[in-house]
Amino acid sequence: MSNNRKIKVLVTKPGLDGHDRGAKVVARGLRDAGMEVIYTGLHQTPKDIANTIIQEDPDAVLLSILSGAHNALCPKIMEQLKEHNIDDVLVAVGGIIPEEDKDYLRELGLQGFYGPGTEIKTIVNFVKENIKR
Amino acid sequence: MTESKSLKKEKSKEKETEKTKRTFRNLSDIEIKRLYKPKDIEDLDYEKDLGEPGKFPFTRGPYNTMYRERLWTMRQFAGFGTAAQTNERFKYLIDHGQTGLSVAFHLPTIYGWESSSERALGEVGKEGVAIDTLADMETLFEGIDLSKISTSMTINAPASILLAMYIVVAEKQGVSSEQLRGTIQNDILKEYIAQKSWIFPPEPSMRLIVDTIEYCTEHVPQWYTISISGYHIREAGSTAVQELAFTLADGFAYVEAGMERGLDVDNFAHRLSFFFNSHNNFFEEIAKFRAARRIWSKRMKNEYGAKKPESMRLRFHTQTAGVSLTAQEPENNIVRVAYQGLAAVLGGTQSLHTNSYDEALCLPTEKAVRIALRTQQIMAYESGVADTVDPLAGSYYVESLTDKMEEEANKYFDKIDELGGVIPAIKKNFFQKEIANASYKYQKELERKERIMVGVNKYKPKTKTQPDILKIDDEVAVEQIESLKQVKENRDNEAVESRLSELKKAAQGDDNLMPYILAAVREYASVGEIIGTLKEIFGTYREDSIF
Repeated sequence: MSNNRKIKVLVTKPGLDGHDRGAKVVARGLRDAGMEVIYTGLHQTPKDIANTIIQEDPDAVLLSILSGAHNALCPKIMEQLKEHNIDDVLVAVGGIIPEEDKDYLRELGLQGFYGPGTEIKTIVNFVKENIKR
Repeated sequence: MTESKSLKKEKSKEKETEKTKRTFRNLSDIEIKRLYKPKDIEDLDYEKDLGEPGKFPFTRGPYNTMYRERLWTMRQFAGFGTAAQTNERFKYLIDHGQTGLSVAFHLPTIYGWESSSERALGEVGKEGVAIDTLADMETLFEGIDLSKISTSMTINAPASILLAMYIVVAEKQGVSSEQLRGTIQNDILKEYIAQKSWIFPPEPSMRLIVDTIEYCTEHVPQWYTISISGYHIREAGSTAVQELAFTLADGFAYVEAGMERGLDVDNFAHRLSFFFNSHNNFFEEIAKFRAARRIWSKRMKNEYGAKKPESMRLRFHTQTAGVSLTAQEPENNIVRVAYQGLAAVLGGTQSLHTNSYDEALCLPTEKAVRIALRTQQIMAYESGVADTVDPLAGSYYVESLTDKMEEEANKYFDKIDELGGVIPAIKKNFFQKEIANASYKYQKELERKERIMVGVNKYKPKTKTQPDILKIDDEVAVEQIESLKQVKENRDNEAVESRLSELKKAAQGDDNLMPYILAAVREYASVGEIIGTLKEIFGTYREDSIF
């Protein structure tokens, strides 16, 4: 990518989970780090998320899930991406993700996991280093 | 350099450090002085500002004997999986000395979706118990005598439906609605502000709330109709002052809505209760609780013309701050919870939930829940803190901080008034922005190490500890969907349809909806069906996604 282009990140809350404090803090942190950030708000279905990705064409998608629904929602979201041939977007998840679920999520193609206590700069660096274009 | 010289240098360096040291600020950004003295409370008038406990303005407590007569209710929030699983947890808690129940519902119930809905994918039984119909409520309370226990239900948009189910379950046990004791959260304003489990727009939501108040005043007189909640406002990132101010502002809005319906304030205000957070800064929390009682009583008396002391007496439940728990070295959370619980008790709480140490990782395991409950029991029976009422009264620091909390809250009330009241302020994203700013600021302070979280930004552990965690089996969803299907096959579906269409018609007019909801619930209409019916008339709410 050219150095002038801003990295574009989509922060989104799939499912019914309303815990949005972390998502908002991360969204703002990424914006303050110079990225272009779109926050979808709450209650996004996998289809909603795919549609937003198609419209906005972000470099990275950060999912925030604290309800325990990650093992059900992440596969659906990744299926949607596949269906639309979206393969150049970095996908990571923040929230309460137990250690033992991470291998499964990695296999699906999720690349980062950020739980409580993560510093914003850790996520900023992760995005910078891992985007695919 | 000679020894004395180096000593001198060290001393002057120390002085320098004291001078240039950061200012001490609590979580509301109020600056804390090195020392509080008599002059800090020279304007304090005992009768006017504090009063005896149980007397206006209730700063020292809502009751004159407080914990000497009755300890606070130890009420651990619980709910997961199927109704049968949660019923088992309830019985476990009762066996271990818990004195009240507190139900956590799963998200589909909270949002009014059936467990079989696409929207419920992955959420069934995860964050709470799956309740679709009356049949699930019957299982949830099986073998628990509803005339003996008080039950708190954390439910908001569909609160009237779950209350109706509770009333019918009791009826089937032979317990009349007049005997029922408990609470529904039923506080929709803080949903728009912070927790986000709204369904309908604010105006019809307020109507449903006033409907429950009106209904309970007549038929369920011992029920607390709203638990006006600061807990979620705080968890979403507000400061203590914001929690105090926004919560009380919501409370005033409910009182005004009840009075607009034509209800006498003295007939319903005493059934409103509060629910606060107890966070890390010990004295700040205590001051917040004391200030809350004083602000509420003054406003109820002076602004709303309440005559009965019960209408002016603020009572509250407390939960320790979930957001303060760390995933790093989770056992440390036991200590955090103990301090936070102690602040709640010194602040005069009526009931308490102490968080389990593993909650930054999963739903609490049985072991973690037991320790959390034992924490309260040790405080109640061993520490002596419950022996005297409001032991911190008269402390220069605590009284001065209590005044300061009140003063800062009053500034917020003025701002909210300027915006036209709570609902207009919600629509202008006022609260949402205030909270987002405060939570971002807090995060930045943590990252600059101006605030310390042990194990997170100081004394970081070298190795990861991972305690045993509770996982909800995906079988729960399969089981729940199947049992919902069976209920629907066995009920009188024609009756369900008639009750739902009567409810729909009533929603178009301005009848109290509680009797219609009760009628639908009796026929085993699901929460999802009832909410779906009301959505056709009331519509749904969408928020602006600000950050």
